[in-house]
Amino acid sequence: MKSKIGARVGSRRPIKMWSEGGSFVKGVALGGVFYLLLSLLGSFSPNAKSGSEDLHQHHHVQAQSNDNLKQLSESQTQELKDQVRVYCVIMVQPKILVYWAAAVGTWSKHCDKAVFYTSESSKALEAVDLQERDGWARLCKALKHAYENAGDLRWFFVAQPMTFAIIENLKYLLLTKDPSEPFYMGNALKSGELEYVAYESGIVLSYEALKRFVGVLDDKNKCPIRVNRLWKLSEDKQLAMCLKYTGVFAENGEDAHGMGLFNGKSLDALIKESMKNNPKNVVEGCCSDFAVTFNGMTPNQMQVMMYGVYRLRPYGHDFHDLLMFDPPEGSDND
Amino acid sequence: MAKGQVQDLCTYLDSYLRNQKNIYIYVLFRSRSLFITGLMIGFMSLQYFLDSDLPKSHEEDARQGDQLEHKGSVNLTSPTNSSQTTRILCWIMTGPKNMVSRTKHIKETWAKRCHIVLYMSSVRTDFPTVKLNVSEGREHLYWKTIRAFEYIYKEHLDNADWFLKADDDTYVIVENLLYMLSNLDPEKPLFLGRRFQPFIRQGYMSGGAGYVLSKEALRRFMKGFATGACTHFSSIEDMALGKCMETMKVEPVDTRDVKARQTFHPCPPELHLARQFQKNPWYLDYEYYPPIQGPGCCSDFAVSFHYIYAVQLYALEYLAYHLRPYGYKYRFLSRENKYFNGTTKQLPLGPCPSVLEKDTQLPVEAGNPAE
Repeated sequence: MKSKIGARVGSRRPIKMWSEGGSFVKGVALGGVFYLLLSLLGSFSPNAKSGSEDLHQHHHVQAQSNDNLKQLSESQTQELKDQVRVYCVIMVQPKILVYWAAAVGTWSKHCDKAVFYTSESSKALEAVDLQERDGWARLCKALKHAYENAGDLRWFFVAQPMTFAIIENLKYLLLTKDPSEPFYMGNALKSGELEYVAYESGIVLSYEALKRFVGVLDDKNKCPIRVNRLWKLSEDKQLAMCLKYTGVFAENGEDAHGMGLFNGKSLDALIKESMKNNPKNVVEGCCSDFAVTFNGMTPNQMQVMMYGVYRLRPYGHDFHDLLMFDPPEGSDND
Repeated sequence: MAKGQVQDLCTYLDSYLRNQKNIYIYVLFRSRSLFITGLMIGFMSLQYFLDSDLPKSHEEDARQGDQLEHKGSVNLTSPTNSSQTTRILCWIMTGPKNMVSRTKHIKETWAKRCHIVLYMSSVRTDFPTVKLNVSEGREHLYWKTIRAFEYIYKEHLDNADWFLKADDDTYVIVENLLYMLSNLDPEKPLFLGRRFQPFIRQGYMSGGAGYVLSKEALRRFMKGFATGACTHFSSIEDMALGKCMETMKVEPVDTRDVKARQTFHPCPPELHLARQFQKNPWYLDYEYYPPIQGPGCCSDFAVSFHYIYAVQLYALEYLAYHLRPYGYKYRFLSRENKYFNGTTKQLPLGPCPSVLEKDTQLPVEAGNPAE
C-alpha cells in the first residue's frame, strides 16, 4: 500500500514541475511587457524638463555618447547644432597685447561670436572698452554686455587672455543640454562650503544662468559690484556666490570617463605632472581626448595647438562623428 | 485491517499530508520565486536587446583608433602590389647617457609603431640596445651610422622594405611615413627625408629630421663601402651619407605634400609655425626647396620633428593621436586627393639662397605648385 501511494505521489511530480516551469515563463513574459510599457511611457517626453526652480541634483556634467545621438533624426541634429552656438567673452588687457593678438589669431576664430573686453582701449586691437580697473567689476560689466548683445546665441564662454579653448569640444559637451536651464560649468572647485568654477580654466554659462546673474547683479545684499576690499573674494568665487543666490550651482565638465575637460594649466605642465604620476601611461593619464581648455599658453604655444588640434594627425584614423563643424572662413592655421 | 496496519496507515497518511503541505509551501515558494526571477529576466533581457542594437560609442571609436596604431603591421594598398604590407625597420641612434632621459620615452611613444625597432648604442643592454663597435661622440657619428647599417644589412635585410634612421630626439608619426612609402617601390634606389643643400649637388637629407633608405638603397650603400666607392671622408653623418647616395645613384625623393608643405622637419613645430622671426633661423639657409615660414611650413600629415625631448614627445603624441576637435571637417582631407608629391624629379639648383648669399630674393620656381 505504501508503495502504491508513493507511486501516485511520484507521478504528480512531473506535473508540478511543469506548472512551476509555467510560472517562470509567465514571469519572463510579464517582465518583458512591463519593460515595454515603461519604455513607451518614457518616450512620450524625450526632453524631460525639470522645473526651472529645481536644483540640479548632479554636479557632474558629461558629454553625450554617440549612442544617444544616433537616436535623433537628421533635422533634429541640425537643430541641435544651431542651438549650441557660443558667444565667447574674452577678457584682455593692453599691457599683454601679444596674448590678445594670439587669441584673435587662433582659437577665438571658432567662436560663433567672439568679443574682447578690455580694461582700457588700445589702438591696435578691437575690443569693448569697459573703462574699469577692478577685475570683478569688469567681469560684471562684460557679462551684462554679453547678455544684452547675445542676439540668438544661447551659450556663453568666459576666457582669460592666456586661455586656449577648443570650441568644438565645448559644443560637444553642451550638445543636448537646454540653455533655458541654468547651467554654470567648467573646472568646479570647492572653497569651504562654496563650490565655484575656476576662472583660469574657462567658465561656461547658459542663457538662463546669465539671465539670472544679470537679474541679481548689483543687489547690495546678494551681488554688489563694488565690494569692500576687506571682504573681497576672487572673481570666480564672487560669481559663484551671486549665482548661488539665484539657485544656480557649479558643475564640473567631464568626459565619458570622468576626466576633467577644463584645464587651468598648460599642456606641458600637465604632461610633466603625468610623467610623475603615471610614468607608464603618460598621455592617457594626462588629459581628455575632448579637452576644452588649457591655460598659461604663450602665443607660440597657441600656434602649435592650432596645428596640433586642427591639422596634425596620423593618416588612416577616421572618426564618424554625428555632427560636423566647418572650419572658419579666411583662416590659414586650422 | 489490523490495528497496527491502520496505525501505520494513519501515521503514514499524517506524515504524507504534512509532507504534502510542506511540498505545497515549498512548491508555492519555488514557483513564486521562479515567477519573480522570470519577471526580472524578462525585463532585463528586453532592455538589453532594445538598447544595445546601436553601434559603438565615440569613446570606442577612439579606442579603436588606438588599436590601429598599436598594430604591428599596417595594410596599405600600393600601386605595385596591392596585397603587400609595407614593412619598416626603425633604428634610433642613441647612447648610454641618453637612455633614461630620451630613449625611454621614444620607446613609450612612437617606436612601437615600427615593424622592427633597433636602438643602436656603443654598449649592449637589456633595454634592448645593439652594441656597435664605435665610440660615443659627435666625431664618431658617421662611423656609428655605417656600423648600424652594416648590422641591419646583415641581420634584417629581408625583414623590412624600408629603413628609417632617427635620432633619440626625433619624433616620428609612423602612419604618415608608411602611407608615403606605400606609393613607392622599395626595389628602386630611393631615399627620403628633409632635403638640404649645398655641399651635395642633388641634396642630402637632414640627419635630425630622420631619413629613410629603400631596400635597394641600403644594398647600394653597402656595396659602396665594399667597393671603396664610398668612404668615411667626414664625420658629418647626414652630409657624408648623402654623398654616398649620390655616388651610388640613389635618388632623393621630394617628400613635400601636394600643397608643397614639408613632412620631415629639422626643428620643433613652434619654430616652423611661427610666422616671422627677427633673425632668420639657421635651417632656412640649408633648404633645398623654397622655405615657407608659418602655417604653410608643415603638412597635416607630417612625418617627423627634431629636437623633441621627453615632455614635448608626449605632448606631440597627445596632440597627434589623442586630442581632437569633435566633428571638425578638416580642411585638407586625405581620402579625396593623394596628399603626397613623391617625385624624384631633379630640380635645378639656384632658387634657394646659398650659404653665402643670404640676401638674394627668391624667384618663383616654375615647377612648384602656387598656393
